[in-house]
Amino acid sequence: MSAAGAAPERSRWLKSAGKQIREFGMPLVFTACILATALIHPNFGSFDLQSLALGALPLAMAAAAQAIVVISGGIDLSVGSMIAVSNVLSARLMQHASFEESLGLAVLVLVIGALLGAANGILTAITRIPDVVVTLTTGFIWGGVALLILERPGGGAPAEFLNIAAGIDFSEWLPNAFIVMVVVVALIWIPIRCSRIGLLLYAAGSDPVAAFRSGVNINVARTLAYTFGGVACAAGGIALTMTTGIGAPLAGTYYTLSSVAAAVIGGVRLSGGHGGMVGPVAAALLLTLIPMDLIFLNIDPNYGQVIQGTLIVLVVMFGGFITLMQKRK
Amino acid sequence: MTTNEKLLLNIGGVAKRFGSVVALRGADLEVRAGEVHALMGANGAGKSTLVKIITGVYPADGGQIVLDGKPVVFRSPAEARKAGIVSVYQDPAIVPDLTVAQNMRLARVPIEAVRASMKKLGIDNVDLSKRAGDIDFAILRLIDLSRAIASNPSILMLDEITAALPADLSDRVFAVIREWRESGRSVIFISHRMAEVGALCDRATVLRDGVTVGVTQTKGAEATIVNMMLGEEVAKAAATHHERQAPAASGASGDAALEVRNLACGHALRGVSFRVEPGEVLGVVALEGQGQEELFDCVAGVRRATGGEVLARGKPLRARHPADAIQAGLVLVPANRLQALLQQRSIRENVALATLGGMKGWLPIRMEEERQRVDKAVRRLQIDTRASAELRRLSGGNQQKVVIARWLASGFRTLLCFDPTRGIDIGTKQQIYALLREIAGQGASVLLFTSELPEIRLACDRAIVLFGGRISAQMSADEADEASLLHAAHGLDAAARMEAH
Repeated sequence: MSAAGAAPERSRWLKSAGKQIREFGMPLVFTACILATALIHPNFGSFDLQSLALGALPLAMAAAAQAIVVISGGIDLSVGSMIAVSNVLSARLMQHASFEESLGLAVLVLVIGALLGAANGILTAITRIPDVVVTLTTGFIWGGVALLILERPGGGAPAEFLNIAAGIDFSEWLPNAFIVMVVVVALIWIPIRCSRIGLLLYAAGSDPVAAFRSGVNINVARTLAYTFGGVACAAGGIALTMTTGIGAPLAGTYYTLSSVAAAVIGGVRLSGGHGGMVGPVAAALLLTLIPMDLIFLNIDPNYGQVIQGTLIVLVVMFGGFITLMQKRK
Repeated sequence: MTTNEKLLLNIGGVAKRFGSVVALRGADLEVRAGEVHALMGANGAGKSTLVKIITGVYPADGGQIVLDGKPVVFRSPAEARKAGIVSVYQDPAIVPDLTVAQNMRLARVPIEAVRASMKKLGIDNVDLSKRAGDIDFAILRLIDLSRAIASNPSILMLDEITAALPADLSDRVFAVIREWRESGRSVIFISHRMAEVGALCDRATVLRDGVTVGVTQTKGAEATIVNMMLGEEVAKAAATHHERQAPAASGASGDAALEVRNLACGHALRGVSFRVEPGEVLGVVALEGQGQEELFDCVAGVRRATGGEVLARGKPLRARHPADAIQAGLVLVPANRLQALLQQRSIRENVALATLGGMKGWLPIRMEEERQRVDKAVRRLQIDTRASAELRRLSGGNQQKVVIARWLASGFRTLLCFDPTRGIDIGTKQQIYALLREIAGQGASVLLFTSELPEIRLACDRAIVLFGGRISAQMSADEADEASLLHAAHGLDAAARMEAH
């Protein structure tokens, strides 16, 4: 009987703890990991920070793309292929272009990314084939297209264009790649979040039936999500060109599953309707930092994948545990 | 122009089928401006389907909808809303991960208007920035109602709006509905609670088997409405009355096959107690959503009860999993055959699954023994085995028999049958009744929920009626004519008693 007073107290605590961890846990974990890195590797300096930012930039875009789609209740297994297409396309088109022309071509690639994403959304909506199947299939197609555009790694872009992301214009402790990461994700996400579109995405992902009955066109909402995801993927492909300097038709494939991993670790609920952008971007940084730390520790960097997998299981289990405790009350 | 200017909504001959199941054959509904119109009908009569067609959730196969003199077709709830028809569904159309305010924006409803209607309903203390999923279910339904009112429709449809509400909130809802009527707009009111319908509604349209069978004034016409819902089946069923054996020796023999004490499950089931003796078939009757699903799920170990206990042969059973209940001899034949069967596999695998489910040994399956056992059960139930390789090619009746055959092959003490004859042809139904009697005759017991009231007299020894998560009546099969069952299922006895005080 005496426990009656304590029970709601405990559930309220759990609720707020769960909320805080989901919203801000990943940036905190990442900060902790950076500090830990500085401890185990006293020489950790601005150069390491730069390579971290460069390495994480395309993954952050991929994570953002995946997060948008997953929030709306879908999943996009063509993220890697769309990044590959944008990567080789930009590297091939920009190889002999001037800086100004490159900027224009970058916009073109973003538009193409939007079209690829929209194709995923429209196919899912019209054919009613499950999104996993549709995006897996289109992923194969775009992967082939990437090989047609550029058979082997090559191409390039003007140095000024590469320096947008690869350079250091402000401080050696604040590489451009960080700024590009934050600005691009914000440019894609803030308009969504502040408009009706964001509402549609969360509603469609959270409870499609209730959303439909509230007057939401679910097909439109999902197609929008895939379209924005396509734009983010194209940005990721361009970022890959900027950070590597070339186009590589097979380099993109890594990003499909890593984007899902970053989204999930970043607190996006796989069943849809919950999550944001801060978590997935921080998770992308974390997933890039882990293999670096392993090198510092003289551990085989291939353990990175093992750790990444373990992290996903732990994060998902923890989320499930919190939900379970809330339900039990 | 016709002179139908008083008619706000005129629906004629609406039909709808889902695959081979006909939900509506020819539903008519006329709603006048400024009236509260009740839509009545037994389970499966087609009320919900009609509501969903009117609001554009499903397209109709035939018939027409005339709104304010103009024929209309809505392809989505959004279109219906624009035309002035808004529905409050049984499960609130509120997205759980958005805040209340965001939900209002989602439906493009002005927040000030929602606040005003929430105030009228007495729920203006709800924090609009709260996540909708964290709000109490009853309050959520009222928020859904507030939103519907705030969008200012000409026709408001309320599907079982009072089902989850405490009495004081129901009264507020009724006050709002009456005010709504005063302003010359209409309400289509769906409720199983006859007393509410009589007190609140002007006229009622009654559906039976997907057809409109009558329209009547509601004042003092409760009995007429119940009779219309029943139809002529009463006479038919009486003619096919079956010979029933006397139930096995009563109580004295000791432990009941199944005893349920004060079982509760959330809001749905609020303390139900009964016994089923060995050799007895106990019928359960209830309208939709009166706690029967929860009762069967809790007894079968599909979900955990929040209170009370279940005793199998006198031994308390704490089932954490259906396997525990099966171990104790309680086996479930669920309403949805898809839940029970492996559609892509053969009859034999499906029947044998229950015996193999326990994984008693890791030795290879003894095929010959399995075959004999399965064949015996299949023969006993006269299952049509022409399409035995893949279960989904079997008719619904034969699939249902496979579910029962599975338990016959594995052995059980109490069979929990949830609406086993839904959507099954009459011949197979008779076979299933006969089988249930046979099972009882051999000393096992059966708990049978049915939505077809004549079955109580055909197959059961006793019946209990659930209403609002409690037992509202108990009667022997001889007393259980459809009128008494239906009255009890509508909670009418209770209401009458309350009025007498």
